[in-house]
Amino acid sequence: MLSGAEIVVQALVDEGVEFIFGYPGGAVLHIYDALFRQGSLRHILVRHEQGAAHAADGYARATGKCGVCLVTSGPGATNTVTGIATAYMDSIPLVVITGQVPTPVIGSDAFQEVDTVGITRPCVKHNFLVKDVRDLALTIRKAFHIATTGRPGPVVIDIPKDVTDPNVKVPYIYPREIRMRSYNPVEKGHPGQIKRAVELMLQARRPIFYTGGGVILGNGSEQLRALVKETGFPITSTLMGLGAYPMSDPQFLGMLGMHGTYEANMAMHECDLLIAVGARFDDRVTGKLEHFCPHAQIIHIDVDPSSIAKNVRVDVPIVGQVASVLSDILRVYREQRAHLQPPSLADWWAKIQDWRALECLRYPDSETIIKPQFAVETLYKVTQGDLYLTSDVGQHQMFAAQFYRFDQPRRWINSGGLGTMGYGLPAAMGVQLAYPDAQVACISGEASILMCIQELATCKQYDLPIKIILLNNGYMGMVRQWQELFYESRYSHSYVDALPDFVKLAESFGHIGMRVERPAELEEAMRSAFAMRDRLVFMDIVVDPAENVYPMIAAGKGQHEMQLSPHHADRELA
Amino acid sequence: MRHIIAVLLENEAGALSRVAGLFSARGYNIESLTVAPTEDPTLSRMTLVTIGNDEVIEQIKKQLNKLIDTVKLVELTEGEHIEREMMMVKVRAERQDREELKRLVDIFRAKIIDVSEISYVIELTGHSGKLDAFLNALPKGLIIEVVRSGPTAIARGPKGLTL
Repeated sequence: MLSGAEIVVQALVDEGVEFIFGYPGGAVLHIYDALFRQGSLRHILVRHEQGAAHAADGYARATGKCGVCLVTSGPGATNTVTGIATAYMDSIPLVVITGQVPTPVIGSDAFQEVDTVGITRPCVKHNFLVKDVRDLALTIRKAFHIATTGRPGPVVIDIPKDVTDPNVKVPYIYPREIRMRSYNPVEKGHPGQIKRAVELMLQARRPIFYTGGGVILGNGSEQLRALVKETGFPITSTLMGLGAYPMSDPQFLGMLGMHGTYEANMAMHECDLLIAVGARFDDRVTGKLEHFCPHAQIIHIDVDPSSIAKNVRVDVPIVGQVASVLSDILRVYREQRAHLQPPSLADWWAKIQDWRALECLRYPDSETIIKPQFAVETLYKVTQGDLYLTSDVGQHQMFAAQFYRFDQPRRWINSGGLGTMGYGLPAAMGVQLAYPDAQVACISGEASILMCIQELATCKQYDLPIKIILLNNGYMGMVRQWQELFYESRYSHSYVDALPDFVKLAESFGHIGMRVERPAELEEAMRSAFAMRDRLVFMDIVVDPAENVYPMIAAGKGQHEMQLSPHHADRELA
Repeated sequence: MRHIIAVLLENEAGALSRVAGLFSARGYNIESLTVAPTEDPTLSRMTLVTIGNDEVIEQIKKQLNKLIDTVKLVELTEGEHIEREMMMVKVRAERQDREELKRLVDIFRAKIIDVSEISYVIELTGHSGKLDAFLNALPKGLIIEVVRSGPTAIARGPKGLTL
């Protein structure tokens, strides 16, 4: 017989949970007391509940397991909402346990009462309010099942305080298997559709793979690599999918979309067959829809049927788990190809090489000022690609996506869909806890980092040796860039006039701070930072305040209307 | 185009708000929505009337299916179906209007279910279009109050929306 509080703890143990990211408060005190009396779950005390959600999210993205948070009612719950929405937009499995006021006072505007189920409903995969302790174990099992299967996502379990009452004990049975008549995610792709897809692939003259975060979430990286190699097709990836296919491989054209490469976007625009895998045709990818892949037949593989044909019409929809569908396609492709010779792709690759020759990411180097691109290139050089890199949101995020070459999945961890500033540092905590011996860095800007700066204290408490790579340009760089390009350089509130001394700030939290201002010093400084394996090092890197992210598809433009940096003005577009 | 979608939902607290929230969050139109438990008390059946082109309706169905509480759904307007709506109308019924009102009630096969010295309550069931026609036929100025259930519908033939 266990109390509700003990059931929560025991169920998490039975789920195989390693870490809970949380912050105590009145409505969860019974659960915290049960946590105190056990030894197998590790609780990480954050400094703000938003940090708890992002840390659990970072842990989930790096490991593929479900992240878990525990927070109190009212403000505890509302503070997690940004983190929950972040996870929802990027389909990250989270279970968020929120305390609630006791059932008899729900609805009476009690102290720290908020309608958590109502507030979170639009940004969760599902949520529960548990009103009876006898439902608790089954609800927790359902929550993990829903969060981690199909298209993953966050699930909130709201637990009123009386449901965890230590004096009310009930029998505990944790169901291993669970069946829900209303929820049955598809696993295998339809064989007929797979056959149709392969037929198109064998006829295509200008094919391209367009892959997204779903390949990583669905652990389909290996199958993707095999299929891309087998076909010899070019491949591009969304921001969320980077690393699923090795970025340093010659078949990889770079990221696509608003700040993607010229070759990736042009190849998308000119292709006759688009094979979309675990990607959702986001507006940052497609540009203006009427110019999107005008000549292409489209195959779309996704575990979520509602992703298919949402923004773009699709010729061959395939609903199923990415890994399963890709290996089925590979098998059928091999069988079919034995009987016929697919068209040569030599002309297609020649065209792509022409676009590549433009070197769209080239930037003017400087000996006096650190270019943000140079900082990311140096980071790659120093870490040799052996890094988990989390990111905040803005120019630094785009520079990292363009210049750091991720060759493995789950190494590039950032908020793509929601674009949450403040995500990077707490996410890095989750990653570092999951992999204590790995190199973990957070790339950020001086504006983003301040949004969850309090988590430096958490890093100290748990000795997390994260490296913070702060590209400090004194502006909200992406906002400044848009104001320069589209608002005649009226920099309305996009600069921070009273920045802290980041070195002293890091030191005051017990960490090491470094400030780097000259390009010649950067590599050495980074090497010494990464050499400190057991310390958090905060690198305040002063970068060119006027640098813009290029190439760029301006809002409302088509994917073929890329704007290159002014530096390319002397070169004709192919 | 007007579409009728019937949904079997887990009869859980909050299931209705998930559907309503989905429609407002994604900007879909709801013409009407009715919901009640079925003969199996763990299931509710909802009838939704919505307007949109084929792509929008396809998305609405996918999004409804994606809700964890949705067990099954069918678009009834895709096939032969029967549609019924119930309406109660309270009308001013003074002596000089009573004969005319009773004639209309007969013509539309409606029922007078409440009578006071100066009013009737008239009940009428049928296709929504018939209900509209009845309201149009009532002499101007007599209507005190109208309450309509919103349409419910069922497919023709032996096949049912069941588990």
